[in-house]
Amino acid sequence: MFALIKKEISIELRTKSSLAGVLLYLLGTVFLTYIAFGLKKLDPISWNALFWIINLFSAVNSVAKSFIGEKKGTEIYLYSIAKPESIILSKIIYNFLLCSALSILGFVLFILFLNNPISDIILFLATLLLTSLGFSTSLTLLSGISSKANNSHILMAVLSFPVIISILLLSIKITKNCVDGLDPSVSYDELILLSSINCIALAVSYILFPYIWRS
Amino acid sequence: MKTWLKVVCVVFLFYSVIGGLLLPVPRLAIVNETIRGLYYHVPMWFGMVTMFAFSVYHSVVYLRKPSFGTDIKSQLYANVGVMLGMLGIFTGMIWANYTWGSPWHGDPKQNGAAIALLVYFAYFILRGSVENEEQKARLSAVYNVFAFVTMIPLIFVIPRMTSSMHPGNGGNPGFNMYDLDSQMRLVFYPACIGWILLGFWIANLRIRIKLIEETLLETSNEK
Repeated sequence: MFALIKKEISIELRTKSSLAGVLLYLLGTVFLTYIAFGLKKLDPISWNALFWIINLFSAVNSVAKSFIGEKKGTEIYLYSIAKPESIILSKIIYNFLLCSALSILGFVLFILFLNNPISDIILFLATLLLTSLGFSTSLTLLSGISSKANNSHILMAVLSFPVIISILLLSIKITKNCVDGLDPSVSYDELILLSSINCIALAVSYILFPYIWRS
Repeated sequence: MKTWLKVVCVVFLFYSVIGGLLLPVPRLAIVNETIRGLYYHVPMWFGMVTMFAFSVYHSVVYLRKPSFGTDIKSQLYANVGVMLGMLGIFTGMIWANYTWGSPWHGDPKQNGAAIALLVYFAYFILRGSVENEEQKARLSAVYNVFAFVTMIPLIFVIPRMTSSMHPGNGGNPGFNMYDLDSQMRLVFYPACIGWILLGFWIANLRIRIKLIEETLLETSNEK
């Protein structure tokens, strides 16, 4: 399994173009927001909304290629050497690392170009990590599903958004608490709910993935 | 489906439509006579959730032991569930128009229900875009289970944590509104049972039609 994670990372580093593409995408959208809002500082509500939307799109774009981009030969090779459970776990862990790196980078870019309305950084970072975990678990499974179908890129977007919304709503709510400078204890309920959704998504992906992989 | 269930379904539905309009209801501020909407709006959701639960059950059965019949069942139960869900949204919009002032009020439960319907539309699109029959069945079963499990927090948990104008949210106990008047239960429970049974009936007929079509196709292919 660790070998699989290492393989994912080394492939990612070897083909720098796709990683650079996602990074440029992130930079471009943040910069576009900055210009579109007339070089002004954002009010907290639009900051919150834009931050999560950009985060969601970069996560979808980066995770989508985890199965869709695989070549047929690689798939058959992986199928013959590894158990499906270890494949999905390694993909999820790798995507989790990628997503959290991207979201933290996005946060830094937002601070740089726009402003930083967050008063409780630790809680916000915890939310970022939990959300990245949720995104990576559900999106990895959905990318596995949509890679088997025709026009998989459109299908990926269609399948993932309704499922992701419950995670996104919770994290937007916690971020709003962070922005308003409320005491962290106010958001504990949401944090617990977010982690439990993550656990459910993880368990379900782990159980269901072997069925997709068999075909 | 057993004949007596069909009779029960028809009788209950007629009873709930007529009784829902004629029997006395409690007078509440703002809601007033529109409380009768309860008889037509809430049973839709009960029916939808029951249909989706059956659809997921058949998906799980399919994953454990693939067969053509269970795949068809899970598809058609989801189909009828979506139909009931859309009726639920429309009746809710009519009701909301009179009590809340506008058809779409951004209520958390309303949004959650709309998202749940989006999930199932995505499910049908997924079914449409895979050509291989067996693969289609397997992928859509996986998505069905996954979507149902993530839908539960959406409809049942999140609205309860935020303030919502539906009863049973924001800390209000769930069925408090009905407890005010046991008279309303006399219509409400039969209406729920009637709509759930109607859902089963429609799904059942469509499953049988689909299976017959499939066997006809197979026999004509053999010729």
